[in-house]
Amino acid sequence: MSHDAAHKPIMSPFVIVTGILLVIGLFITVMRFTGGLAATTNLSDYNPWGIWIGFDLLVGVALAAGGYVTSAAVYIFGMKRYHSAVRPAILTGFLGYALVVFALHYDVGQPWRLPYPFIMQSGTTSLLFEVGACVALYLTVLFIEFTPAPLEWLGFKKARNLVVKLTMVLTIFGVVLSTLHQSSLGALYLIAPSKLHPLWYSGYLPVFFFVSSVVAGLSMVIFEGSLSFRYFKDKMDEAHMRDKEDVAFGFAKAASFVLAGYFAIKVIGIAVDNNWAYLATGYGAWFLVELLGFVALPAFLYAVAVRDRSMTLVKYTAGWTVLGIVVNRLNVSLIAFNWHLPASERYFPHWMEIGISLFIVTIGVIAFRFIVTRMPILYEHPDYEAH
Amino acid sequence: MEHDFYTLQDFMTYTKGVVYILLPLILIGFVGFWRFLSAQDREE
Repeated sequence: MSHDAAHKPIMSPFVIVTGILLVIGLFITVMRFTGGLAATTNLSDYNPWGIWIGFDLLVGVALAAGGYVTSAAVYIFGMKRYHSAVRPAILTGFLGYALVVFALHYDVGQPWRLPYPFIMQSGTTSLLFEVGACVALYLTVLFIEFTPAPLEWLGFKKARNLVVKLTMVLTIFGVVLSTLHQSSLGALYLIAPSKLHPLWYSGYLPVFFFVSSVVAGLSMVIFEGSLSFRYFKDKMDEAHMRDKEDVAFGFAKAASFVLAGYFAIKVIGIAVDNNWAYLATGYGAWFLVELLGFVALPAFLYAVAVRDRSMTLVKYTAGWTVLGIVVNRLNVSLIAFNWHLPASERYFPHWMEIGISLFIVTIGVIAFRFIVTRMPILYEHPDYEAH
Repeated sequence: MEHDFYTLQDFMTYTKGVVYILLPLILIGFVGFWRFLSAQDREE
């Protein structure tokens, strides 16, 4: 423990808030695994997927896309100037996917059956199987990609050098797996054309999910980078401090252009299904809020921020874009889903469902903080060469 | 934009027509947006 850490008060606001959320989460966990889904959720036959899928899984996977986006940019496209962003992005991705799988244990009625798709099933043509297989494999890939940091921390030089040699293979594997399952998560909803509102339902759903995951990944790297700079500035080395703005502006420029493309294919999605008339309805207004407020606006704001070299605008736009991804995934999975049902049959999460989602986010924040304050994530370990 | 369609052919002709109008506009828009986005790089 450093000298400064020894003088820090134990009961900081962070410790109190996370402590309360953890206690509530543990209480709900006991309720969930003793009383079952009925005791802790508002799920029903109409609404079998609630926020544990809509938020924890769909949002979690999208926001964890920074791992494959950053490692592809650096190792496949050779943009070495963004190298300092790789480890934080891989860590965020790894924690994100690990928590997605953790959250699934709450949502799946009999969680011990999670490995069933791999050992007993009637075929491999199921989208859910593809998502399950990709998430399991990609979590393994992310774990291996993450291991150089703990191995350097623990001083296992040989093992670390071995893993570093696998970087390119793991990156390619990660991009392939991510392309597959990010899109397949959208494709899952293709089975429900009569349940999902026409403005959100489209044959292009897999494309929408994949393209928006790239935006989510880029924005999360900027967002998480700005938070790291604020709270873990003392852990950053000179290279990270120097490259911080270069990474933010580079990623903002990419996010701006990808958002513009995403906006275009969303408009084409409306045109292909001739859904223009729905824009004049209440759901249409909400769709326009998402399309103009959370896609077109951040595309423009990112562009202005890059032109004016405004770090503040880049940071706020990244936060806004991340919120937009949350809105989009919740729209598809919950808000525009079962839109034709009467209000009495619509789903609203039980407070315990929200409690578990907060519990899982809290675990992620604590794990991130634990790792970043101990392992070489925001700085290069002096005994090792950068890879 | 309300339009009655009696056959799939009608529907496809109409929607494809709209997409064919949109696409050149989008492509031109992309070029303009890229120039707007890269103005700083050109100045440097």
